Amino acid sequence: MLIKILGTGCAKCNRLEQLAKEIAAELKLTATFEHVTEMQDIMAYQVMSTPALVINEVVKSSGRIPSRGEIAGWLQGG
Amino acid sequence: MNPNLTAASERSKLIQWLVGIAVAASIWLFAYNQLTAFADWVISLLGLSRQTRTGEALHFFFYDSPKVVLLLTGIVFIMGVIQTFFSPERTRAMLSGKREGVGNVLAASLGIVTPFCSCSAVPLFIGFLSAGVPLGVTFSFLISAPMVNEVALVLLFGMFGWKVAALYLGLGLLVAIVAGMVIGKLKMERFLEDWVQKILGGQTAEHHGEQLTWVARFEAGVDHVKEIVGKVWPYILAGIALGAGIHGYVPEDFMASFMGKDVWWAVPAAVLLGVPMYTNAAGVIPIVEALIGKGAALGTVLAFMMSVIALSAPEMIILRKALKPTLIATFAGVVAIGILLVGYVFNWLL
Repeated sequence: MLIKILGTGCAKCNRLEQLAKEIAAELKLTATFEHVTEMQDIMAYQVMSTPALVINEVVKSSGRIPSRGEIAGWLQGG
Repeated sequence: MNPNLTAASERSKLIQWLVGIAVAASIWLFAYNQLTAFADWVISLLGLSRQTRTGEALHFFFYDSPKVVLLLTGIVFIMGVIQTFFSPERTRAMLSGKREGVGNVLAASLGIVTPFCSCSAVPLFIGFLSAGVPLGVTFSFLISAPMVNEVALVLLFGMFGWKVAALYLGLGLLVAIVAGMVIGKLKMERFLEDWVQKILGGQTAEHHGEQLTWVARFEAGVDHVKEIVGKVWPYILAGIALGAGIHGYVPEDFMASFMGKDVWWAVPAAVLLGVPMYTNAAGVIPIVEALIGKGAALGTVLAFMMSVIALSAPEMIILRKALKPTLIATFAGVVAIGILLVGYVFNWLL
């Protein structure tokens, strides 16, 4: 599983990455994390606000930090 | 999970929230009506009288601080909930295909309610353009969003009354609308960076906004309060303390000599001074409080405040990734002239 956090390094982006890592660890999932900070790469996903969470190349959320439940659901393929 | 069970627990959660909000609102109203009594009580507890200079200054502090913090908490919560209805995607959909003029007015107004952080300025900017929102309309949004925000308005209302807050709101919108229209008229699309032009030439995917429940909206409101009030309260206390402190210790017309109405260069100086300064609305309030309290002209001070918030070096560095220097300079120049005019008109009218 490939999890990408899109964001230019704002505090919220780091919090989202931390949260996603915690949840992945709790669910005992093996995931590769990538923090995309380059603006052109972020724009390739056509999000309009950061931080955005991308799981297996699908944008799941943008502009907010989703709740633990939401992230867990996405990680489990929901 | 059983879907009926989820719906039931979702409903009981919503009821809990509604009850909680009703209780919080009653406490809020009660506290707001007790502000003077509270300040009187603190002063008498300290064994001071309002007749003395120290007593009066402390009374001012203990009246104003809870008042502003209460106002801010209430409004920021409401704004946090309102913002969940205006995702950037939705705002973009409302703006795409709008003509210049109508589009500028709408963009500036939506700038108040759409959540915005300067770190997202570039994705937002490109997202708007790629959906067919004209460049000038996009700039109206980009100018209004940071400048006309609920924190600035609440603080101005709490400290200087509704007239100053309303003037700031009206003139801030006016600057955003007119500056965006001017930039639109100048036809500067070719001053976007090449990679941006390439994206604009391509396809745009439909990104559908997520549907939020009311519980999620209320949670967003609380998060907004934690984030904003948690960040700005030290500035507010500093501002009020400064206001209380200089109450009697600096001559009343100290600032009037060089920031008063009759000093023609005061407004441009205030705007120039504001550009390198980067702080949010709360950070600038202590300075504004001190200046107005000591006889600086209101137009000059509002121009300073707008310049600090709307024109900041870090935001221009972020925008530089998508805009060529000519366009950045035009943006800064047009906004600065707008603010300048606001300052002069204000000083002249009042």
